[in-house]
Amino acid sequence: MPIYFLRRVLAAIPVMLVVAVFVFLLLRLTPGDPAAILAGDMATPEQLDRIRETLGLNDPLLVQFFRWIGALLQGDFGTSLISNKPVIDLVADRMWPTIWIAIITLSLSVIIAVPMGVLAAWKQGSWVDHLVMTFSVLGFSVPVFVIGYLLIKLFAIDLRWLPVQGYKAPSKDLAGFAARAVLPALTLASIYIALIARMTRASLLDVLNEDYVRTARAKGLTEARVLFRHALRNAAVPVMTVIGTGFALLISGVVVTESVYNIPGLGRLTVDSIFARDYPVIQALILLTSGVYVLVNLLIDLSYSLLDPRIRY
Amino acid sequence: MTSIWRNLRTGILGATAMALVSALPASAETITAVMHSGLRVMDPVITTAHITRDNAFMVFDTLVALDADFVVQPQMANFEVSEDGLTYTFTLRDGLKWHDGGEVTPADCIASIKRWMQRDGGGQMISDRMESLEATGDKSFTLTLKEPFPYTLQAMAKVSSLALFMMPERIANTPASEAITEMVGSGPFKFVAEEFQPGVKVVYEKFEDYVPAPGPQSWFSGAKEVKVDRVEWVTMPDAQTTMNALINGEIDFMETVPVDLLPLLQGMDEVKSEVLSPLGSVTIGRMNFLHPPFDNPKIRQAALMAMSQEDVLTALIGNPEYFKVCGAIFGCGTPFEFTDGSETLTSGGDIEGAKKLLEEAGYDGTPIVLMQPTDVTTLTAQPIVAAQALRNAGFNVDMQPMDWQTLVTRRASQAAPADGGWNIFFTNWIVPEVSGPLANVMLNGRGDQAWFGWPDDPEIETLRTEFASAADLGTQKAIAQKIQAHVMDNVNYIHLGQYYSPSAWSEALTGVTKAPFPVFWGIEKTEG
Amino acid sequence: MAEKTLRGAFPLSTRLLTERVGIAPMIAAVVLALIILAAIFAPLIVPHDPILQDPVMRLKPPSAEYLLGTDAYGRDLLSRVIYGARVSLMIGIGVTIMAVVLGLAIGLVSGFFRTADAIVMRVMDGLMAMPSVLLAIAIVSLMGASIWTVMAAITIPEIPRVVRLVRSIVLSAREEPYVEAAIALGTSMPRVLWRHLMPNTFAPLTVQATYVCASAILTEAILSFLGAGVSTETPTWGNIMAEARIYFQLKPMLILWPGLALSLCILSINLLGDAARDILDPRMGKRED
Repeated sequence: MPIYFLRRVLAAIPVMLVVAVFVFLLLRLTPGDPAAILAGDMATPEQLDRIRETLGLNDPLLVQFFRWIGALLQGDFGTSLISNKPVIDLVADRMWPTIWIAIITLSLSVIIAVPMGVLAAWKQGSWVDHLVMTFSVLGFSVPVFVIGYLLIKLFAIDLRWLPVQGYKAPSKDLAGFAARAVLPALTLASIYIALIARMTRASLLDVLNEDYVRTARAKGLTEARVLFRHALRNAAVPVMTVIGTGFALLISGVVVTESVYNIPGLGRLTVDSIFARDYPVIQALILLTSGVYVLVNLLIDLSYSLLDPRIRY
Repeated sequence: MTSIWRNLRTGILGATAMALVSALPASAETITAVMHSGLRVMDPVITTAHITRDNAFMVFDTLVALDADFVVQPQMANFEVSEDGLTYTFTLRDGLKWHDGGEVTPADCIASIKRWMQRDGGGQMISDRMESLEATGDKSFTLTLKEPFPYTLQAMAKVSSLALFMMPERIANTPASEAITEMVGSGPFKFVAEEFQPGVKVVYEKFEDYVPAPGPQSWFSGAKEVKVDRVEWVTMPDAQTTMNALINGEIDFMETVPVDLLPLLQGMDEVKSEVLSPLGSVTIGRMNFLHPPFDNPKIRQAALMAMSQEDVLTALIGNPEYFKVCGAIFGCGTPFEFTDGSETLTSGGDIEGAKKLLEEAGYDGTPIVLMQPTDVTTLTAQPIVAAQALRNAGFNVDMQPMDWQTLVTRRASQAAPADGGWNIFFTNWIVPEVSGPLANVMLNGRGDQAWFGWPDDPEIETLRTEFASAADLGTQKAIAQKIQAHVMDNVNYIHLGQYYSPSAWSEALTGVTKAPFPVFWGIEKTEG
Repeated sequence: MAEKTLRGAFPLSTRLLTERVGIAPMIAAVVLALIILAAIFAPLIVPHDPILQDPVMRLKPPSAEYLLGTDAYGRDLLSRVIYGARVSLMIGIGVTIMAVVLGLAIGLVSGFFRTADAIVMRVMDGLMAMPSVLLAIAIVSLMGASIWTVMAAITIPEIPRVVRLVRSIVLSAREEPYVEAAIALGTSMPRVLWRHLMPNTFAPLTVQATYVCASAILTEAILSFLGAGVSTETPTWGNIMAEARIYFQLKPMLILWPGLALSLCILSINLLGDAARDILDPRMGKRED
């Protein structure tokens, strides 16, 4: 197990390197000049050049790349070109809303989707099954922002049950936080619920056909016991996989959701930074999200052995 | 690795501490406002971004200031001009303090003026004529010119596109090509640096030691009295969300309400809406003089002739109560309101005339690269309407969508349109930015030194020099009228009309005053 | 996986088909066919020019002349939605073709040649680790928005998924006796890849392609929403909605009509994809007891 773990961690290094090279090249080889943005409307070419010089944008690409990687290895993510704040501070400021929304979305999705999937598998072919399946296909057929606007219209504007937008730190105002987190989390969860429900159903159907489940049934165990003791536990592995691969989807959804609900999280920070050509921030954020993606998937791989006794490393 | 974690941890602890600090007692009066965009760059000398200027007016104070009649009034300092017009003596008011407790000295002001002169067009004009700028006492300093320059005080008092703000000497000594990082001013509000989140939130506290200038408040002059404890600017990416937040009482003030959304506020007692800037803004199209086909004045005229202000403004604003078809390049409602040469623009365009001109000019079908910003709502309509007008006249239009920052980068490129350059783009200005021949940067005709588009236009430069040394308003007006006619004829840019953005605020706010952009002094908040 | 797909031969009669997958995919096929026909014949069936503006007629409610009303520029919404089908489908299909062709080529090579595999898969892992929408916004925003950059930006993150699928199939198929025999007989590598390995990938790729197509259309809408899409002179379902977002409360139908078209289209594609998978992979379909 520890050796396997070590090997997986080492395997993540070339992946991150690919990400770093890709992002760096993407930013430097495309048009767009942060100096022009900083300098504003009345800058003369000579002023522009001076700004480029101070930002180090006049150095050869290779020099810029290794300077960046070198700093990264020392834990220095750089400084925003636009706001002059250290990138690490920007991220620390903005990561909690995103983390909280992601956690709530995940829990909400699992709580809603797993029973849906179980029900569909159990009543396979019935109208319940069809309803669940149609609903879940709908979940990733409607754009996130349309779902978001519909929820706002219904719950915040017409019924006035919940605030329209915003974010409050849970440490400061728990009720305010909860009220503002419900709609974004529901919006984001729509895709996840669809994915997890489908995967739960599919893998449960697989497991229900396995010999040991048939044996259990033949032994006369109740259907509920069969479902929960034997089937669900084994079906958990593919569901975990979906949570891992769906993490990328979650990030994409977060970007849109944060902009619909005006949540000052990492998604908006990334989009804003892209539009502002704030190179150090974009680089750090894409590297960071990729890193988290790799980490989440690593943890999920490791969790397999806990969930499914048949898997050993 | 450890330092990452240390950094992150301090960030987290900082955030929690911040949360505690901002949990102020319930009696604290806070105005929460949504401005037109998020604050990212803080230095008002580096960038012309409006939000940066708005922030600077909160934190910094100005030496002199404009009132609602465009008259220059004392603000931080009284001023005297010698009879020969060569010597300007400024005397600082008593009791002026920086937010860090230091006293405001002439040395601070001199450093601030010098830094501004390196970046601002008006400042450069003063600098070109300057003999000396030096302290003459504990409270006073003198600006001496080599030749009279009547525009001096106007330039120092202008409200936009590099207004002149006073900063402590140590900050003002930052090179003009580097952004300042510290927000310490002597203005009516203190900038709360710990709570600043670029692009998300700016927090201001009342500056208790602020000494308001004598006299009633009018625009940026007179007493700036702060009547609340805190002002918070939060950024919202979506006008719809902002409106709903205002209606639900989650915010108090919204700077720009899209006119199309005003009906949502109808019949609502708890929200008021009104146009705060009586002069409003103008929208313009600018062509690139370096490359075909717009290097040809006839073809530029054809393009102008094809445009209709009313079509552009209807698409941009909608409700005709909030726009004005106005042929005056210096803006309707300003001292230099002349409309010579604007007949086609204000009467719906002349497509037939444009076609004829285009034919005469021998337009060969070269595609026109029209840059269309996709992420700025106040700039998305103009390119769409203009493209249709230009096509109707027979132009071959290549409309290229891009985000605003790409546009900003690309418009600085002098390359041929096919190689990453451009032919035409659109932008907006608030009227005070374009209301005079010297302030209006689009009138600069010095080729490579000019604003994007780079017209080489010696004729307008002569007129502007004459204007700069014109002694009285009558002469100035006569020259301004000539400039108006010249701009329409030479098509230095296409003036597409004037519009007025309504703001909206909660009924809990009283004392919201009119000014070209929102000011937060004078506003009171009553708990509703 | 490969074994399973080999077992899943295409069913022969429609009766059998409805029995196996239910009625929903049939309806989906009809809806999709209608959308495709509308897209192809858009110039013939639209009542108005989709980009012709009429400032006087802006934001008008539905009427006999404008069946769905007009947008903020006085353009006919119905015509725009119909034309939107063209571009949205073109983006969907274009991305699918590019992703499948590139993914297939890379996947075949990577699955077959061990040396290439190590490098290719690291690159693919790297691409996959980057959040696709963020990557796409960055690409479009940095390169300038046009249909081509939008398509490229959506394709790049999709490629690794196809590569992985193809590679896994090739890896198991190359152990098959007939492939080993072909190699032993000295068949050239391109021929082995082309004749013996590629056919195995067709069935699973068909299923994958439907999902790629659906997600491409959806991603385009999201890019438009975030301000990184194609110009509204070229209507797509995404940019019609994005442009109308500020009118959501006053004129919700401006968003709901294109939203409905988009959702129906994607729903149909997904349902067809599910049906294809059920047919090609019997274990995922009906319970066999």
